[in-house]
Amino acid sequence: MSILVVMEQQGGAWNKMSWEALAAGVELGKALDRPVAAALLGSETGLEALEAELAAYGVERVLSLRHSLLGEYTPDGYALALRQLIQRAGPLLVLLAHTYQARDFAPKLAASLDRAFISDVVGCRVDDGGPVFVRQLFQGKMNADVVFAGGPPYFVSVQAGAFRADRLEKGGAPAPIEHPSVSLDAAQIRTRPLERFQEAKRTVDLATAEIIVAVGRGIKDPANLPMVEKLAQALGAEVGASRPVCDSGWLPLERQVGSSGQTVAPKLYIALGISGAIQHLVGMKGSRTVVAVNKDSSAPIFEVADYGIVGSLFDIVPALTEAIQSSS
Amino acid sequence: MKIIVCLKQVPARDSVLRIDDAQAWVRETDLSFEINEPDTYALEEGLRLKEKHGGEVVVVCAGPARAASAIREALAKGADRGIHIEDEALARLDSFTTARALAAAIRAESFDLVLTGLQSDDLGFSQTGVILAELLGAPHATIIMEVQKMEGGIKVKRELEAGWFQYVEMPLPALLAIQSGINKVRYATLMGIKKAKTKELKRVTPAELGVDLKPRQIIRRVYAPQKSKQTQFLEGPPKEVAAKLLEKLKFEARVL
Ligand SMILES: Cc1cc2nc3c(=O)[nH]c(=O)nc-3n(C[C@H](O)[C@H](O)[C@H](O)COP(=O)(O)OP(=O)(O)OC[C@H]3O[C@@H](n4cnc5c(N)ncnc54)[C@H](O)[C@@H]3O)c2cc1C
Ligand SMILES: Nc1ncnc2c1ncn2[C@@H]1O[C@H](COP(=O)(O)O)[C@@H](O)[C@H]1O
Repeated sequence: MSILVVMEQQGGAWNKMSWEALAAGVELGKALDRPVAAALLGSETGLEALEAELAAYGVERVLSLRHSLLGEYTPDGYALALRQLIQRAGPLLVLLAHTYQARDFAPKLAASLDRAFISDVVGCRVDDGGPVFVRQLFQGKMNADVVFAGGPPYFVSVQAGAFRADRLEKGGAPAPIEHPSVSLDAAQIRTRPLERFQEAKRTVDLATAEIIVAVGRGIKDPANLPMVEKLAQALGAEVGASRPVCDSGWLPLERQVGSSGQTVAPKLYIALGISGAIQHLVGMKGSRTVVAVNKDSSAPIFEVADYGIVGSLFDIVPALTEAIQSSS
Repeated sequence: MKIIVCLKQVPARDSVLRIDDAQAWVRETDLSFEINEPDTYALEEGLRLKEKHGGEVVVVCAGPARAASAIREALAKGADRGIHIEDEALARLDSFTTARALAAAIRAESFDLVLTGLQSDDLGFSQTGVILAELLGAPHATIIMEVQKMEGGIKVKRELEAGWFQYVEMPLPALLAIQSGINKVRYATLMGIKKAKTKELKRVTPAELGVDLKPRQIIRRVYAPQKSKQTQFLEGPPKEVAAKLLEKLKFEARVL
């Protein structure tokens, strides 16, 4: 039984997180002494380049599921197609990246095979011959070792940034590319996806900002925002925000940093009253230097901070603004 | 529309968490509990749909005895009745097993729409709703930012990564996992709290529903995460800390 990594593509472009899932697959394949196969899904044409690219990465084989009903993602189509593949191939472990798409169909796929799914893991190891997975609990404040209680196939998704895609190595000869048959009927697909679109154009490009002062729900009330804006001004920085701050309309959506907002990589990122949920972290982890101010010493934002201040932003922010103003 | 809203009770957001002696969970005796925040958006969306299109909102919660207070709060906000699947084990069960219990209770209701939150703040599986849809044989969509009723079904706005969206249409009955921030949630009024006392809250055990709670995945050990990055913590009164930080940013990190 092998390890099957399900890769995600959309319109001929990979979801980059899939390479991290492949890296996790290769790591577990070594630890468990199992071959690693990689699967992708899409329409009947246009997958050749992706298949060839995947085949170069030392996998045992590439399983490309092509069907006219798989061109546009639907949870029904994907779950049905993958279920057929898994029933035939009988893998020990099915690995995916914990993307928005995986969240949408992987629990259904596993449940349709009467199997459990350990989602959003940040690590894995092998104990007594069996895989043990590490998950975060309480929004990243705790970790837990988790194991499957029933039999395989086991379903697992990996958190963004938890496994190193840059460690993947290209293998010798390219892997064989197979096109397993998929039987799908239009009537089995109950949801009808329409066009993808973006909301109004962005007027601030946080991606090019050198310094970002980001504010989270710790700010409590929009009336407190000027304090943060003053600090940003003193630093010549852009103001960013966590999602709840934008959801509440305290700052415009275009200032949101994270998986559903912008990805930023400034040389300095100052997080004020932001807990550090993974969906926020993925958007700012690339920052060169991170400063976090949070009154909770166990807030996961400190995991990625170079400099941490445990305290109230209402005390720290004015003091910092003053220090900057008087030093320049 | 008959709308089922699944909500979970979880430790309050600002709880100080301590690991229990068995290192298998947190010490619940220290904690206060609240409705899983993402689920408050699902409830609000359910109430708004009912106000617009008529019908009923039924709240379903699987959890220990303490979870009854979460249902009461939902009833105070305007839900019509509640179902409490009660068992102590439900506090920290995997999503498949939880979804089986929820499905057994929901199947008995002839629903049009089931709404869940996107993920629980404690276990954070982000799975229970999707599994529930599979067990109920209903189509679903997740990360929903808008729900419109149409002739013969619904049209929903689904969030994709990096600021993209997509509309999706589907027939009813269906299940939607609602994204936080889709609406502004209401508070319970005094009148609502009073009224809630007369509303039906049905208690049922997993055994009565014919569901065993045999877990599919097991938490072996809970522990504090190990830090991957060396954080320098700066301490002292605000003025001093600010000066220290400025020093560091200028001369150590050299980013200013
Ligand atoms: C599919 C999906 C997509 C998402 N996309 C994004 C995204 O793109 N961006 C994003 O940010 N989130 C996103 N989220 C939400 C994310 O999971 C978190 O809920 C969110 O990031 C939390 O924001 P926060 O840290 O501001 O608020 P909270 O989690 O409420 O944290 C507030 C913090 O402030 C601290 N605090 C309180 N008072 C003070 C004070 N006086 N001084 C200092 N600190 C204080 C608290 O200790 C706490 O740590 C997404 C979630 C999902 C499920
Ligand atoms: N015990 C429960 N009782 C009722 N609803 C639940 C329960 N557990 C999870 N849910 C619902 O499923 C969603 C996702 O939870 P999870 O899969 O744990 O992340 C939550 O937001 C709730 O709406």
